[in-house]
Amino acid sequence: MGVLDSKIPQGPLADKWVKHKNDINLVNPANKRNIDVIVVGTGLAGGSAAATLAELGYNVKTFCYQDSPRRAHSIAAQGGINAAKNYQGDGDSDYRLFYDTVKGGDYRAREANVYRLAQVSGNIIDQCVAQGVPFAREYGGLLDNRSFGGVLVSRTFYAKGQTGQQLLLGCYSAMNRQINRGKIKSYTRHEMLDLVLVGGKARGIIARNLVTGEIERHSAHAVVIASGGYGNVFFLSTNAMGSNVTASWKIHKKGAFFANPCFTQIHPTCIPVSGEHQSKLTLMSESLRNDGRIWVPKKLEDAEKIRKGELKPTDLAEEDRDYYLERRYPAFGNLVPRDVASRAAKERCDAGYGVNKTGEAVYLDFSAAFMRYGREAVATQHITNATEEQIRDLGVKVVEAKYGNLFQMYEKIVDEDPYKTPMKIYPAVHYTMGGIWVDYNLETTIPGCFAAGEANFSDHGANRLGASALMQGLADGYFVLPYTMGDYLSKDISTGSIPTDTKEFDEAEQKVRQQLESFINTKGTKTVDHFHKRLGKIMWNKVGMSRNAPNLREAIQEIKALREEFYRDVKVPGTADGMNTELEKAGRVADFLELGELFAKDALHREESCGGHFREEYQTEEGEALRDDENFMYVAAWEYTGEPGNAILHKENLEYENIEVKTRSYK
Amino acid sequence: MNLTLKIWRQKDAKAKGGIQTYQIADVDPDMSFLEMLDVLNEGLVEKGEEPVVFDHDCREGICGTCSLQINGEPHGPDRGVTTCQLHMRKFKDGDTIVIEPFRAKAFPVIKDLIVDRSAFERIQQAGGYVSVNTSGNTQDANSIPIEKEKADAAFFAATCIQCGACVAACKNASAMLFTSAKVSQYALLPQGKVEATKRVLDMVEQMDKEGFGNCTNTGACEIECPKGISLENIARMNREYLKASVV
Amino acid sequence: MAKSALLKSSLAKKYWMAFTGLFLCVFLVGHLAGNLQLLVSGEGARDQFNEYALFMTTNPVVRILSIVTFVSILFHAIDGVILTINNRKARPQGYVSFRPSTNSTWSSRNMGILGTVILAFIVIHLVNFWGEMKFGGLDNTMYTTANGDEVKDLYSLTIMTFQDPEWGLVWAFGYLIAMIAIAFHLYHGFGSGFQSLGLNHPQYNSIVRKIGVAFAIIVPLLFAIIPFYIYFVLETI
Repeated sequence: MGVLDSKIPQGPLADKWVKHKNDINLVNPANKRNIDVIVVGTGLAGGSAAATLAELGYNVKTFCYQDSPRRAHSIAAQGGINAAKNYQGDGDSDYRLFYDTVKGGDYRAREANVYRLAQVSGNIIDQCVAQGVPFAREYGGLLDNRSFGGVLVSRTFYAKGQTGQQLLLGCYSAMNRQINRGKIKSYTRHEMLDLVLVGGKARGIIARNLVTGEIERHSAHAVVIASGGYGNVFFLSTNAMGSNVTASWKIHKKGAFFANPCFTQIHPTCIPVSGEHQSKLTLMSESLRNDGRIWVPKKLEDAEKIRKGELKPTDLAEEDRDYYLERRYPAFGNLVPRDVASRAAKERCDAGYGVNKTGEAVYLDFSAAFMRYGREAVATQHITNATEEQIRDLGVKVVEAKYGNLFQMYEKIVDEDPYKTPMKIYPAVHYTMGGIWVDYNLETTIPGCFAAGEANFSDHGANRLGASALMQGLADGYFVLPYTMGDYLSKDISTGSIPTDTKEFDEAEQKVRQQLESFINTKGTKTVDHFHKRLGKIMWNKVGMSRNAPNLREAIQEIKALREEFYRDVKVPGTADGMNTELEKAGRVADFLELGELFAKDALHREESCGGHFREEYQTEEGEALRDDENFMYVAAWEYTGEPGNAILHKENLEYENIEVKTRSYK
Repeated sequence: MNLTLKIWRQKDAKAKGGIQTYQIADVDPDMSFLEMLDVLNEGLVEKGEEPVVFDHDCREGICGTCSLQINGEPHGPDRGVTTCQLHMRKFKDGDTIVIEPFRAKAFPVIKDLIVDRSAFERIQQAGGYVSVNTSGNTQDANSIPIEKEKADAAFFAATCIQCGACVAACKNASAMLFTSAKVSQYALLPQGKVEATKRVLDMVEQMDKEGFGNCTNTGACEIECPKGISLENIARMNREYLKASVV
Repeated sequence: MAKSALLKSSLAKKYWMAFTGLFLCVFLVGHLAGNLQLLVSGEGARDQFNEYALFMTTNPVVRILSIVTFVSILFHAIDGVILTINNRKARPQGYVSFRPSTNSTWSSRNMGILGTVILAFIVIHLVNFWGEMKFGGLDNTMYTTANGDEVKDLYSLTIMTFQDPEWGLVWAFGYLIAMIAIAFHLYHGFGSGFQSLGLNHPQYNSIVRKIGVAFAIIVPLLFAIIPFYIYFVLETI
């Protein structure tokens, strides 16, 4: 156990961060100029860290596989960002945001980290507004808020359905300012393929230039991994096609522990799978659950008729509809946390009430919202004698103003008009709460190697609340790393620049080259995607929304076998000395094939249900998750020892001193 | 559906490219355009040939990575969508589809259908930001009320996804719509006003340096823009630049 | 920086294009006002038109304006050529398949060609009338009007040109073609000028657009009617 020191500062919860900032070492401006930092990944966490570190004076190099930092998948986040501003005066506070997050995470998150997150959340909004992020505003000119799943206050700031985009553009603009100053050097279309350790410390990376195929060495005094989550281990997910675990996995293999890999969020409101050729899934913002009501038919025969196309959802009378979330969870209704909503949808579909061809879809219906907003509009516009149709039209306009882009996206993909017929939705893999284990300073178990954003495990426990990912990414990058890294780097002021012509770099580069060549030389018969899809199927069917021990054991064996087959029979055309997208994918899938096994192993070892991790063996009679705080109130941090199956478990026990651990109830 | 694809293939930046013809059978109308290309590539790789490379990432129309000139139009015949959201139901059985990279001097081809759009990056680096440090004690977000209309207009300008369709559609390969969207976002907000003069001068200077053409107000960019960025932004930039140059 | 930016940048070129273009629109109105006097028939017509021509060539303010007009035409043409060359350079490798008709009007894409046709017309037009008036072709037609002014008889030259039994109708059609080119040029150019100068406001855009279309139809149409009126309707002199 001694290996894991979370380095949580002493003192009362609310004072820890302030005290810590006062205690840690600083680097003087002149010395910062002599210190290099590498940031891998340029989403909200990486981009904000890079910009802030560069502002402070460090020499920053950023790496992203995309052709621009602004394309990182943070851009796709739709709904919003939480902050305990209490602008609505509805009783919000740092403590309440902290409380909601810990509770939402099913008591598997680290208290001190979450409290810090809540404390800096307000600063994030201030910072973003100062950067020119155009958040939604009210007519009075002040910022607007909406409410999100799992909470009872309105603390979510948003920019229509493109909040992630606007926040990322904000931090991209901050990066651009530093690029213009020469403080950031941005390496786009570059992929990190290994971490280089010198004397046990992270001192650089090996990266491949994806255009020329060149293998490059880059040195630094510290390395930040902000490369996002690993949802693509499921092949089908809401992640971008290129999202991958490679950077995280490479540092894991070099000594960084991987925490809670099985904590994966399945998002309840995604567009259902349409066919075999599907390459990715599209999320519909959770904010839709503010106004949409989720239902399936009450009678099995109606569901069957709908599946056959003999009955339309609009034909079904109110009393023949089962608004199952409102029925099961009257207090939170359609706004229960994501894991709860997802499982409830699966439960209904497994019971035969699914409403599309595959039987894996439920309705998200806005007709009630149309009428409600319509009546509001009629009242505010003083329209008399409005017909039902007029009221509905007015309501449609309000909904359109709120979610127009989401409705349009849905229509383009599904070819059905969601203003006329309810949307069909189904859960899909969306976010990974698990990730690289970090201490309070966001430092991994490798000195000098930090992890931020979705890539680390720290703040969301076993389930993340909506609109908290953006908050965490920016908190890590803008307000945590710049301080905590300074503390680490204060010991490096006289180190001087790190040479790249050392044996450590030689060895790391050699290994990278060998792997790339072996992919090219395997000359097997099956494509990379073939293996990725098979891995995805195993993961979804056996390590997906609900898990059990026999399935997990099978999954572990199957993944291992698939991995062997992959190395034997993968086919990568072309060469390594130029742009080769198949080769890029091969490297990523190879890492997913290892991670997948650790994922299943972690899920098997955690004999309880909590948050996004649902073990069928551990549930209440009503089918709710049954946590085992006695035996599993810890972070499972896995140490790599040569094979994912042989990873060694380290436990970080979680202590809740400021919050009463309860059974989560949204009833 | 069965389709004939005429696709631009080019080994690398220096190679001379050309159109190659491929037949593809059993295309499902519910597939996206890129999924159709995935199927084509899967077949090519199985045959041991190099797949057609194209830029893509989020596949939900927000990252702006995907491009492609499809039958003479950026992002294809549908309006208000990126290529990744274009579905095969927009085509008919037996159609011939010509697929080319976006063409502009400032967007050199890297390989096949992938072009280098870093010119856009440099335009933004020239001034597309508010010079404010991250300190944690910036003034409160609500200290400057902003007219809702202005904030909304700034937001709409900021929804540009930097895909380059405006340049691809423009007969002059002009980057005015892109640059003006960036200039507008900041020009509309009080936070951006302070540096407005320098920003517009620097960004336009960089835009010119990159070798984009001039705007002749044909309006093609606005029609083809997957996000519907308005020509009003161009007028606003014209105004801002005139102000910055004269005053 | 500010000064040089206004001369060299791509936007500056557009400002000049718009500014000169819109000025030439004003010129067109003035020119049309004069030409419409050709529709007047009877006794005083000749005197009225020639007095007007004299005023236009001698009044100092008008002379300055006419110099500005010449400079504008020249600037508009040269700037247009430079812009066209730049724009061609911006896409050295064209598309195999390009369908601009789906997203823009024909006239907006062919301002260069239209402009060239118009420039050719202006040269011919100047040689026909302005050159004759200015460089002595009409010196021997001097006479004294009822007002007592000594004027050159531009009126008779104009009427005779379009009433020429062999060539009159050819000229009229030639002018018609030029006016069609001007119409299409204006159809895009008028609104485009406002846009380039940044004069764009959601509230007024549709008005500007409507005025532009009306201008593009009415002004060239009135110009084009005159030669045909002279040929077919006006009594011969």
